[in-house]
Amino acid sequence: MNYIIGAFKPPCNITISFADGKTRKKASIKKENGQTAMVPLFQSLENIVGEVSIEPVQGKKIEHTGVKIELLGQIELYFDRGNFYDFTSLVRELDVPGDIYERKTFPFEFSSVEMPYESYNGINVRLRYILKVTISRNYVSNIVESQDFWVRNYTPAPTINNSIKMEVGIEDCLHIEFEYNKSKYHLKDVIIGKIYFLLVRIKIKNMELEIRRRESTGSGPNTYVETETLAKFELMDGAPVRGESIPIRLFLSPYELTPTYRNINNKFSVKYFLNLVLVDEEDRRYFKQQEITIYRLQETS
Amino acid sequence: MLPHGDDEEKWLAEGIAGIQHNAFYMHRALDSNDLKDALRYSVQMLSELRTSLLSPHKYYELYMRAFDELRKMEMFFREETARGTISVIELYELVQHAGNILPRLYLLCTVGSVYIKSKEAPAKDVLKDLVEMCRGIQHPIRGLFLRSYLCQISRDKLPDIGSEYEGDADTVNHAIEFVIQNFTEMNKLWVRMQHQGPTREKDKREKERSQLRDLVGKNLHVLSQIEGVDLDIYKETVLPRVLEQVVNCKDELAQHYLMDCIIQVFPDEYHLQTLETLLSAFPQLQPTVDIKTVLSQLMDRLSNYAASSIEVLPEFLQVEAFSKLSNAIGKVIEAQVDMPVVGAITLYVSLLTFTLRVHPDRLDYVDQVLGACVKKLSGKAKLEDGRATKQIVALLSAPLEKYNDIVTALKLPNYPRVMDHLDNGTNKVMAVVIIQSIMKNTTFISSADKVEALFELIKGLIGDMDETQDDEIDEEDFKEEQNSVARLIHMLHNNDPEEMLKIICTVRKHIILGGPKRLPFTVPPLVFSALKLVRHLQGQDGDVIGEETSATPKKIFQILHQTIEALLSVPSPELALRLYLQCAEAASDCDLEPVAYEFFTQAFILYEEEVADSKAQVTAIHLIIGTLQRMNVFGVENRDTLTHKATGYSAKLLKKPDQCRAVYACSHLFWVDEQDGIKDGERVLLCLKRALRIANAAQQMANVTRGSSGPVVLFIEILNKYLYFFEKGNPQVTSSVLQGLIELIKTEMQTDGSSDPSADAFFASTLRYIQFQKQKGGAMGEKYDPIKI
Repeated sequence: MNYIIGAFKPPCNITISFADGKTRKKASIKKENGQTAMVPLFQSLENIVGEVSIEPVQGKKIEHTGVKIELLGQIELYFDRGNFYDFTSLVRELDVPGDIYERKTFPFEFSSVEMPYESYNGINVRLRYILKVTISRNYVSNIVESQDFWVRNYTPAPTINNSIKMEVGIEDCLHIEFEYNKSKYHLKDVIIGKIYFLLVRIKIKNMELEIRRRESTGSGPNTYVETETLAKFELMDGAPVRGESIPIRLFLSPYELTPTYRNINNKFSVKYFLNLVLVDEEDRRYFKQQEITIYRLQETS
Repeated sequence: MLPHGDDEEKWLAEGIAGIQHNAFYMHRALDSNDLKDALRYSVQMLSELRTSLLSPHKYYELYMRAFDELRKMEMFFREETARGTISVIELYELVQHAGNILPRLYLLCTVGSVYIKSKEAPAKDVLKDLVEMCRGIQHPIRGLFLRSYLCQISRDKLPDIGSEYEGDADTVNHAIEFVIQNFTEMNKLWVRMQHQGPTREKDKREKERSQLRDLVGKNLHVLSQIEGVDLDIYKETVLPRVLEQVVNCKDELAQHYLMDCIIQVFPDEYHLQTLETLLSAFPQLQPTVDIKTVLSQLMDRLSNYAASSIEVLPEFLQVEAFSKLSNAIGKVIEAQVDMPVVGAITLYVSLLTFTLRVHPDRLDYVDQVLGACVKKLSGKAKLEDGRATKQIVALLSAPLEKYNDIVTALKLPNYPRVMDHLDNGTNKVMAVVIIQSIMKNTTFISSADKVEALFELIKGLIGDMDETQDDEIDEEDFKEEQNSVARLIHMLHNNDPEEMLKIICTVRKHIILGGPKRLPFTVPPLVFSALKLVRHLQGQDGDVIGEETSATPKKIFQILHQTIEALLSVPSPELALRLYLQCAEAASDCDLEPVAYEFFTQAFILYEEEVADSKAQVTAIHLIIGTLQRMNVFGVENRDTLTHKATGYSAKLLKKPDQCRAVYACSHLFWVDEQDGIKDGERVLLCLKRALRIANAAQQMANVTRGSSGPVVLFIEILNKYLYFFEKGNPQVTSSVLQGLIELIKTEMQTDGSSDPSADAFFASTLRYIQFQKQKGGAMGEKYDPIKI
């Protein structure tokens, strides 16, 4: 049995490790099978340094026509599964053609790698970064090993950040004015605002604020749009009267948000909306959706 | 779709079960210091409070259970932050992650309480945040309970002066601001309740609302407990803000309750100093608000306050409390057109009570109140409303009770005008009350003006109020009333004869119109009152001689004459006769022979013309004889005429025994046992003999009619008369005459088969008397000696 299994096993173990692997921050990622995993976290223009160790299975030697390591940024659209689109691709040659008899390590370094996009696991799209080691061989298939890592890019607080203020309504029925203190929020931000009731002729039961994420993939006729409601936050219970003003204070931190991604490499976009919903006693919903921009603020600590 | 009782019980049970279930897991989480689970289960537990199915009463039950659990959460939060597992600021954010607003806010308030206690942020900031965030609950019942929770947990954490949470200089204002804001919001929710839901259930909702009112009122109570609310702040901030809310909410129930609340929770002293502001709110309230109760409360409180200590009275004067209250009442009555009369009068009663307590010396105020009341009542017919009448009686009684002196009330020109508005029955009751007050305090009414005023007040008793004489007047009540009037007349007194005469004239003027039923009650006291004056004049005769006075006895007798004449029309001849005789006697004492003679003449005329009943005649003739006997003013001629008349009438009585007795009584007319009295022994004997003859005749008549001898007692009586004159030394009455009479009686008694035990006893004691006199010895004994028994 061992013999048979041994035949399918790769003839060697390849491990990719980062130089600062122990100290580097890690991001917890939900994998496709639902489990979470911790993966090293990088940001754009960082040096990605580490080493690859190749250890042939006991008593075997590996003949190869060269060993290389690639840093790939890939976008994978699920309706086009298996077809990766690489927007970034860097290669380092690790070894000239020859034989490996025993464990051998190769250091590598990608300096100031430009990684303009953040890693993202969406409904219809995935953006990921990997390091891929390939041992090229003649006649037999190449031996490939890859290591994911996560990229998050921080943005400074925007200089212009206007509030969102709007008066909406249904004629002779409902008139409200709402205000969110900003139009751009960072991920741990708090949405502060208020809703002011100018006219209430319907019997409102409650009011809530939803955070909705819209992911659109593809382009042209092949555009797929998925909308998810990430948060439902009750703002008001009961029926207000004219003149009431209801406060909003919504902490974003409990929700799993990402920054807003606009037209990532012409493949996809992720946008966020605040949806103010008023529900009347007959469960009719009156809503107004308003886009907000979410960004990742450089943590000061 | 509002709940029925049974369903409601079920829902409540479900709610309680939900709370208990989640509380159980929450406790477990608390025990294992699991913050995340604790929060999760507490949120679920609090979600039970999101129900709309329960009435306030049941909801309260649910709330109380949740409240108890939240105390445990609060303790846990405090421990967690103390242990440093989490900072209170983080906690304050963490609880706000809850998706449902109601549990979120309950938890926020709970953490807020810990936050304030930790002093990591100024109390004012936390409180402000909490009270703002609570706006999210717009459902009335849920909102009220949430805010009541906020009120509850914050009341010991207000940045009050002297509190450990006191912050910068302005701190108290924040505390006040917080409470007022919470109050305002709660009141809005409370008021809104009535507009929600179908109209047909309005009553039910009103009932539910009144169950909730104490939640709202609690805020005012908290306000009043804040140390920092001194008079200035109360005046400048608290009261205007609260009133603004009360006025603007335009809700009857709320306005009534809250005004009452304000009056009850804040100190009297504050009310006094802010009276103007407070009162200015009243006319702005809804027309249906029961202002009178509230205002009355206020005035009652103020009057109690005034009564509590004499030192506070100057404050009342200083702020012109009376005029402010008076104005306010005027405005309220003006503003509330629909207010029933009883309401207005109740207000006046309260104002009057206030006035009497605070300004006992200001009669003009009292009158002003009464005047206002008259104004309100004017243009209306007599009051039909029983309650209103009651209030008026209260209104009128108050000054009497206070001053214990009707004289004071008489000075109030509006007093009788208020009385005019009472119906007849009540008017009388009130009049009796007045008289009783006079009696109780033995107040003498000492001037004609006052008497005039008094009679104006009690005119319900003096005359018939109007033509519609109801027949149901209880005879006894009527007598009672008239008796009290009679008693009253004796209280009208002045030592100055001039004034007294005026009083008498005034009284006469009034009572003479009283009609036949009243005169017999009212004339006698008046006559005696006048006679008293006569005697008084007589007493000081010497002093007043030479002065030109109108109050002469003569004049008085003239008045009396006319007064008594009025009785003739009643007709009440016996009474008139007695009064004439009284007057005659008084006139005699005054040496006014013609007057006395005139009165006697009147008496005789009456006797002749009006006294027909034989029994009455007997009484009358004895009265006449008795009076005449004592008259010493008459000259021989007049006296002769009168005695002759009297004797004549005596002999003409119907029944023989009566005749007999009257005639022997006449004997006294000729023998006045005084120094200068006439002593006409012959005529005395004549009378006695005549009496004997009549007695004899009576005896015979009895024999004829009944076959038995008549009453021997007449003889014994005559014997006693003989004895009297014998002792007085009438020369015509000798021992032999007596002896003869005794023998006569003895024979009579022997022949008379059936002996009358009383007559026997009478005779026996008469004989014993003679025996006694005989044995006494001395002059008298000698005199009696010849008589043998």
